[in-house]
Amino acid sequence: MSAATVSKDVKNKPLKARKSSLEKGKGQYYAYLIPGLLAFTVVIVGSFFFNIYISFTKWNGLGSPRWIGTKNYENLFVDAVFWESFLHAFMFIAAMSIIPTFLGVFVASMLFDYIAPRFGNGAAAFMRAGFYMPQVIPMTITGVIWVWLLNPVSGVINNFLTYGLGVPKEVTPNWLGDENLAIWSLSVIMIWIQIGYTIVIFMSGLSRLDPSLTEAAQLDGATWFQRFRIIILAQLGPEIGVVLLTTMVAALKVFAPVYVMTSGGPGTSTQVPAYFSYFHFFTTHKVGYGAAVATVLSLILTVLAIVILNIQNKQQAKENQR
Amino acid sequence: MSTATAEKAPKKIKTSALKPRSFVSWVTFAFMLVAVIGWLFPFWMALANALKTPDDFIQQGPLAWPAHPTFEHIVKFWNDSNFPLKFWNSTWTSLLGAAITVVLGFLTAYAIGIGKIKGRTWILGVFMVAFTIPQEALIYPLYNAAKKLDLYDNLLSIVIIFGVTGVAFSTYLISSVLNEFPGEVLEAAKIDGANAWRMMVDVVLPILRPTLMVITVMVFIYNWNEFLIPLVLLPSNDNQTVSLGIALTVGQWTTEPTARAAAALLGALPSILFFVIFQRSLMRGVTMGSSK
Repeated sequence: MSAATVSKDVKNKPLKARKSSLEKGKGQYYAYLIPGLLAFTVVIVGSFFFNIYISFTKWNGLGSPRWIGTKNYENLFVDAVFWESFLHAFMFIAAMSIIPTFLGVFVASMLFDYIAPRFGNGAAAFMRAGFYMPQVIPMTITGVIWVWLLNPVSGVINNFLTYGLGVPKEVTPNWLGDENLAIWSLSVIMIWIQIGYTIVIFMSGLSRLDPSLTEAAQLDGATWFQRFRIIILAQLGPEIGVVLLTTMVAALKVFAPVYVMTSGGPGTSTQVPAYFSYFHFFTTHKVGYGAAVATVLSLILTVLAIVILNIQNKQQAKENQR
Repeated sequence: MSTATAEKAPKKIKTSALKPRSFVSWVTFAFMLVAVIGWLFPFWMALANALKTPDDFIQQGPLAWPAHPTFEHIVKFWNDSNFPLKFWNSTWTSLLGAAITVVLGFLTAYAIGIGKIKGRTWILGVFMVAFTIPQEALIYPLYNAAKKLDLYDNLLSIVIIFGVTGVAFSTYLISSVLNEFPGEVLEAAKIDGANAWRMMVDVVLPILRPTLMVITVMVFIYNWNEFLIPLVLLPSNDNQTVSLGIALTVGQWTTEPTARAAAALLGALPSILFFVIFQRSLMRGVTMGSSK
């Protein structure tokens, strides 16, 4: 993303400026890389490659790992729970990425383009803050709150169903305890958490747009919805790309909500890759197997990021050609 | 990717020149307001029930506002969970971790954005990939290393890991800001004979201070919310952070619904407070680098 901008910047600079900054002891800047790169290499790169090594071994965490080649990966491919965990991760892509992006664009343009001009910026900022609140609070704590809200006996939701709407107690759902329902309950909670992020990013994107565009459209007699479709949606391209990338990555990484709310259950009905990997590290102590899951997940995430960045760069290039 | 847009204050529409409000616009406004209230409803329920006595809860159910509000549960959880200690653990580790992240990120970004060193594209590319790596792919080696280095169950271990895991992200943001740094200012400093160190301290840092503050606030809040790393590395009760402690103790400690609500409320309170205090910084940080 920025790689392109960096090289462009250098090219756009007049030759003189380029030369002078080259001549003036460029070498001294390399020293500034040392602390950050050293720490990064030791802690992140080192751990990452050690994890890959572990994934080719049989190890219970004690003693030394024993090399078994690709055995862990072979077992993974026939492990139904592994595939199931990825199915759930893809459900979370819908709940954390696609739906919040759609809703976010809509709510953000409502707030920025409709509420703010009529009811003031304060009203729009207040609403934005309200939607953003679930983002600020640790997921573990929102998880505790939801477990409590969704408790089948003492929970707020089922109490409301029984006493507010008159649904008989016997048929009120066990939101997080029913195999067929738990993943859907989690998905709805994830939508609730994520939407604030997309609203904030898109509202900031809208403030970047040229207001004369929408004003011109308004003079032409376009309705708010037409303006939304034609101008806002078309102009928010870069933000939509960033939001899709970051939220998809986050969806595939989900761990804390599952840990707190369902522990992957009931059964394996809410199992996700990150939790599955953790489970093998620290519960079954099949460390090599857990490491293999984590390695596959990393690979998928990296490929996904590269694909999205490429699509975005291509679109950017197209726009520039126009 | 530029942050120029994030740096600018959002365009303000003059409040004196509000557009006329029709019936439809009032309906829309009411609809949005109800949606926001719905969004905050879980927190409202946590508050209402944290203040209830168990009898009150049984008689009135969870939806009603308490007949006799009491701080009893909150105080009890505060004491039983040793909340002040957990608060302190979270605060200093998150803050020190954020400081390390920003210092390391700034130095690296300085070499990239101002020094324009060779290979900078590669470094940023590797950092982008690092951003996608899940913590699960690092946690077992880190756990193993912490045990070997006698840092297991030691808060310093999470400070180091917080500090370093954020470097890729902070380098990325800071270098995108530094790419936009006015060239004339740098040239002028060079003509005055400033070397890289003097230029960083006297020219770049003063101008960049607000950006660095924004990033510090954001990383602090990320660290505060961190779960997996403290979960794995800090087993003992006295070393737990707020986000870890509430999640773990609440299940073991009580099944009383009102007491659970009190625990959740207490756990959420510091974050709500940070949000109120740092809202502007946080919003700027989150949107930084989201547009080209």
